[in-house]
Amino acid sequence: MARVVVDVMLKPEILDPQGQAVQGALARLGVAGVASVRQGKRFEIELEGEIDHQALDHIAATLLANTVIEDYAVHVAGA
Amino acid sequence: MTARIGVVTFPGSLDDRDAQRAVRVAGAEAVALWHGDADLRDVDAVVLPGGFSYGDYLRCGAIARFAPIMNEIIAAAGRGLPVLGICNGFQILCESHLLPGALIRNDVRRFVCRDQWLRIENARTAWTSQYDDGQEILVPLKNGEGGYVADDDTLDRLEGEGRVVARYLHDNPNGSYRDIAGITNEAGNVVGLMPHPEHAVESLTGPTTDGVGFFTSILADLVEA
Repeated sequence: MARVVVDVMLKPEILDPQGQAVQGALARLGVAGVASVRQGKRFEIELEGEIDHQALDHIAATLLANTVIEDYAVHVAGA
Repeated sequence: MTARIGVVTFPGSLDDRDAQRAVRVAGAEAVALWHGDADLRDVDAVVLPGGFSYGDYLRCGAIARFAPIMNEIIAAAGRGLPVLGICNGFQILCESHLLPGALIRNDVRRFVCRDQWLRIENARTAWTSQYDDGQEILVPLKNGEGGYVADDDTLDRLEGEGRVVARYLHDNPNGSYRDIAGITNEAGNVVGLMPHPEHAVESLTGPTTDGVGFFTSILADLVEA
């Protein structure tokens, strides 16, 4: 069974209020030196059978990410 | 025969009943549509109401976009069916690519709930014909992810083609680019709006009755057609 990880991140030019909130909380915790925080999503997918890269791209681009505002990266675990 | 206006209920829709009521206040027949049915029940127009469809899982509107009813709505919208998406409905329309851009978390990082002044920028759509260009209206606004974003080319095109339907006045509540509160597609039959005209149709419960114009507009549009 193949394991695939898809990371989805807001595009750099899109404001990330959640990341900003985390950064603000770190400052309140007394953590110094954090220049910025960006928050994203990680999907762990198990596939039956062989890896079909075209199908994975379809999954990521159609549902997992909104490519208007997000970038995605597909990683095959162990590869 | 009166116009039949469908209101879709998704799991997690909140404002479907208010939208149905607004349809009736305007003088049309409200038809309940169910997300799981691939059936538009011969309606003349559709409202996608506010709420938190599918719990806003993944992204607001991202799961609803693939509901069986949405396949029908996307195809029918392409043939000219009037569709109004309010709040979560606007998010669903963007996720469906019926409208450009996307809606992201408010820049103020808080859910904002208040009465909001808007300026109607385009009174030529199927949903705004009963307003005047430049008319200022006051309707409720309530969203956590209402920040409208798109790339500069898209924003320039929307403005150049007069497709910004409504803009926030006085104070932008959520960081929407260029104060955009609502937009339309090229044909003018699909409109997405973040504030809630369906909550401003009766003086008992709304800050004004300014919102009823969206629903009388579609009625007028359908009677003419």
